[in-house]
Amino acid sequence: MRHALERHRYLLDFTLASLARRKGKSLALLVVYAAVVFALASVLFFTEALRREARAVLRGAPELLVQRTVAGRHDLLPADWIPTVAGIRGVGAVSGRLWGYYFDPLTRANFTVMVPEKFWGARGEAVVGSGVARARGLGAGDALALVASGGRYLTLAVREVVPAEAERVASDLVLVGEEDFRELFGVAPGHYTDLSVAVRNAKEVGVVARKVAQALPDARPITRSELLRTWDSVFDWRSGLVVLVLAGAVLAFGIVAWDRASGLSAEERREIGILKAIGWETSDVLLMKVWEGAAVSIAAFALGVLAAYGHVFLGRLALLAPVLRGWSTLQPDLRLVPFVDALQLVSLFFLTVVPYTVATIVPAWRAATIDPDRVMRGTL
Amino acid sequence: MTPRRSSAYLAFLAVASALGVAAAVHAKAERTRRGPELEAKAVIVRSLGLTDLCLFTEARYTRHPSQADRFSPFQDSPGSPEHFPAGSIVPPPRNP
Repeated sequence: MRHALERHRYLLDFTLASLARRKGKSLALLVVYAAVVFALASVLFFTEALRREARAVLRGAPELLVQRTVAGRHDLLPADWIPTVAGIRGVGAVSGRLWGYYFDPLTRANFTVMVPEKFWGARGEAVVGSGVARARGLGAGDALALVASGGRYLTLAVREVVPAEAERVASDLVLVGEEDFRELFGVAPGHYTDLSVAVRNAKEVGVVARKVAQALPDARPITRSELLRTWDSVFDWRSGLVVLVLAGAVLAFGIVAWDRASGLSAEERREIGILKAIGWETSDVLLMKVWEGAAVSIAAFALGVLAAYGHVFLGRLALLAPVLRGWSTLQPDLRLVPFVDALQLVSLFFLTVVPYTVATIVPAWRAATIDPDRVMRGTL
Repeated sequence: MTPRRSSAYLAFLAVASALGVAAAVHAKAERTRRGPELEAKAVIVRSLGLTDLCLFTEARYTRHPSQADRFSPFQDSPGSPEHFPAGSIVPPPRNP
């Protein structure tokens, strides 16, 4: 056992010395390789953290929402939909929700103005999210002037600011009372943005949603499970940015693997020839090449993963943040709760380390099985 | 006597493993420390009846992906390629 371990250590010594002789090439390979792992791991860690957070946080979302669509677009619905929906068997409580978007010309930001079911402020008061407070420089007691639908100003007193910890759910919120909402957007009494429906038996949500669609043909029911699925697919592995980064990384690996598989350099081939001439077995040469691939891969994997962890969970996603923030004026808080599991790391390992290690063995096997004399003379 | 190259490499791996363990400990500690924060967010979502995370506020369909019209990704400029970076995160729906 000890002998076998010592043999592997000598092979590793030899491999590292061989890599050190090609210092520039080896270092460049290590940096590029680690950068690919870093990019992949960053996206993987970030999407998984947000996906888990979405699942944990949105489990309290309304069980069933009913929207009205007119000419293919979301429209206000009349209050007489409430008794119709409430009359469906299995439905508990139905309440009309009022919410909408306000484009603030001052900050060029979009606010979500909403009437909570039980607004705790008085008329003329608002509770604002921390993003709104930051953009407008507001604190409790300040005045928030908004342009109402008729063109005149509606000035609200800021009652309180939602704590910054809730930024990822409430950053852009402006919570107001029903009268202020209707005045701001010119929504006539008896009209709502959508309906929030509580279903007595959670297993019947799908059935109730179907009955709502039958009773009200203009209705579009959205269940909580659909809502969670939407957010799941937003951060799905197969989606958008992830696929792009993944495709780039896989392509880069393809090129490296092809480069390795298409043959060794004359210098590497000569080295193998000399090793065989001085008595190395084919299996020794192969083992040395396995160590070479593994040494580079494992080092790159470790550097890439550790750097990605620091980037996502300690560095607040500094490199990806500009892409994610895009045109948003109210920028999301990116202090994520770290959710990293073994499956993620194993997938990453098999996606990066294994292909490269395998790619280094094939040409080495070809070179190791030919006549050392021919290799050294360069007649191949 | 200069140390063996393999010793230096194994030392590097040991340091990397130690950092990996430190990251795992950090992750667990952060999950414990910020668990109540997630719980508080869930309470806010429940009490206000919120439907989506507030991540991308640049357009209706990126602010509330679950509430957007079925047609919304193109209603602002039909025929245009996706123009928000957030759109590279939000995938198109799967075709039947």
